Amino acid sequence: MEVVFDRPRSLTSVGTHYCPGCGHGIIHRLVAEVIDEFNIREKTVVVAPVGCAVLLYNYLNLDSYEAAHGRAPAIATGCKRVHPETVVFTYQGDGDLAAIGTAEIVHAATRGEKITTIFVNNAIYGMTAGQMAPTTLIGQKTTTTPNGRTPEKAGYPIRVCEMLAPLEGARYIARVSVSSPKNVIQAKKAIKKAFEMQIKGLGFSLVEVLSQCPTNWHMTPVESVKWVDDAMASYFPLGEFKVPKEG
Amino acid sequence: MSDKRFMAGNEAIAEAAIRAGCRYYFGYPITPQNEIGEYMSWRLFEVGGTFLQAESELAAIYMVFGAAGAGARVMTSSSSPGISLMQEGISYIAAAELPCVIVNMMRCGPGLGGIQPSQSDYFQATKGGGHGDYHLLVLAPSTGQEAANLAMLAFDLADKYRNPVMILGDGWIGQMMEPVEFKPPEKPLTAIRKDWALTGTLGRPRNLIKTLFLDPVVLEKRNFANAAKLREAVKNEVRFESYLTEDAAVVITAYGTVARIAKTAIKILREKGLKVGLLRPISLYPFPYEAFAQMAERVKNFLVVEMSMGQMIEDVRLAICGKSEVHFYNRVGGMVPSFDEIVAQVERIAKEAR
Amino acid sequence: MGKIEISEEFCKGCTLCINVCPLKLIRAAAHVSKNGYHPAEFCDTQDKCSGCTLCALICPDAAITVYREKKTSVKTK
Repeated sequence: MEVVFDRPRSLTSVGTHYCPGCGHGIIHRLVAEVIDEFNIREKTVVVAPVGCAVLLYNYLNLDSYEAAHGRAPAIATGCKRVHPETVVFTYQGDGDLAAIGTAEIVHAATRGEKITTIFVNNAIYGMTAGQMAPTTLIGQKTTTTPNGRTPEKAGYPIRVCEMLAPLEGARYIARVSVSSPKNVIQAKKAIKKAFEMQIKGLGFSLVEVLSQCPTNWHMTPVESVKWVDDAMASYFPLGEFKVPKEG
Repeated sequence: MSDKRFMAGNEAIAEAAIRAGCRYYFGYPITPQNEIGEYMSWRLFEVGGTFLQAESELAAIYMVFGAAGAGARVMTSSSSPGISLMQEGISYIAAAELPCVIVNMMRCGPGLGGIQPSQSDYFQATKGGGHGDYHLLVLAPSTGQEAANLAMLAFDLADKYRNPVMILGDGWIGQMMEPVEFKPPEKPLTAIRKDWALTGTLGRPRNLIKTLFLDPVVLEKRNFANAAKLREAVKNEVRFESYLTEDAAVVITAYGTVARIAKTAIKILREKGLKVGLLRPISLYPFPYEAFAQMAERVKNFLVVEMSMGQMIEDVRLAICGKSEVHFYNRVGGMVPSFDEIVAQVERIAKEAR
Repeated sequence: MGKIEISEEFCKGCTLCINVCPLKLIRAAAHVSKNGYHPAEFCDTQDKCSGCTLCALICPDAAITVYREKKTSVKTK
């Protein structure tokens, strides 16, 4: 029998600290697979966020920056402008990108900065143990919305893809999930397309990945992937929001 | 070949940076230093570099972080409130041991303040500003020529110590037009090597630019190592000017624009028969503590003149350690002391000393 | 036709693979691994596994290696 599925080369052999069932592990693996398939590991630089994925550089065998909270797109810009031939990507959570880092991601997108962003949306702040995120759903209970988020007190969840897609500098914007093998396959296609944008020098690309957080949602992993499908995907629809025009 | 021009201090700093091999500038507009970014916006293009006006000072300092981590000679510039915004990033840059040059053309504050000059960011520049144990190397020019010289030196020091270096000026130095001569850099730019930089892992194990060290044993070691590095800088990079101090009974202490005004006051005072000199720190970090301590053996009256409510004076007092009187004269809010005022202060001190 | 290997070094016993296997060939092991989890365990006594890779696709820890028999027949497209 031959091997048809194995750990990608660009993943290190360090076991991750992520909780059992966490989406980060799947997403890291998909990014590593795409980097392997394009054979770009030796010319890729990643900018790690502040959040659960702050230690992602322990798991991806790449030249890596550790960014300050929210500033990854600015750091990526600095690096990409110095080394335009490298593939520079940021990997950010919902606090990093949609709270403190909102200005940085909007401006990287509108500048058409030739970087790629993997945006992991789990509707909560994981690393700091469960506070509301900008993407927390109405009615969702968190440690700072103990009775469920209400628009009157805490506003509405932010849809990042829909917000960035109208910007002219944004070339490829898509939302996917990793809640099932079928969705994982679609997620990988989108991530591959996003990296391809950069390799071809076409402009800014972002893939938002709906991701499960069993621990802070107080669910089992199996329950949590169901919640992504049932609750998250209806507010955050999956699909491509911006694709480059043909020709 | 050297090259003499008539230009504003802001522009002189920008041109000097280019001569020193700076090819990346990220900044945000703020008075009174906009000429630096504006100059860079066309000059960098001429030398194949990159200028980017960031969306905020916050973003700008992290673009500097990114470019510095990628191995480039890179700078930013701002003025007091913008420098405040950059403090987090500066702490990160120092923690990651990245070289870069940051120019602060001070304006009066606090808060939005005014656009006239001041020296009220001395504490912020020399004592920290950002969180954690680190120091910037801080250089304070007094003239447009010195601004150009120190800007070139700043890039060398930044690379030598893998530490951010600040040029601390004020709006007057930035705006005044003076003749400036540019000399070629001391070392060829091609000689700069940065094996730690992020360039893609081809042919080597990967590099990491990080500042998070959750193990206290490791982080303590890093802090001690960083301090040892700064001690080397303290040993080697003290710079000051001693002007007519050999026979002085009163020594004025000032830096930047104020020092220049003080020299005019000294000329007038000497014509009146008073023996006055100037001890001018050029490096504010490392501060020339030794120079003051030695001078205090003989000189019994120092007059510190600052455009602040008293910041550098604390380092002067620390150096002198009670051996001599330390007097203070200041103007703030954008007011600049005139040479008349300084003359009057010295005359008063000299009279009281008799 | 197919088989999988689940690495106890990486498996965190999240059970996503167990949930996803269409032939129910994976179960939680009774023992506890050195990482403190009940790791997933492949149990295919009747050689039913088709090597579909659904388990490996969903695994957050890249703990699963999937093997499949090479197709020896030549098909024209």
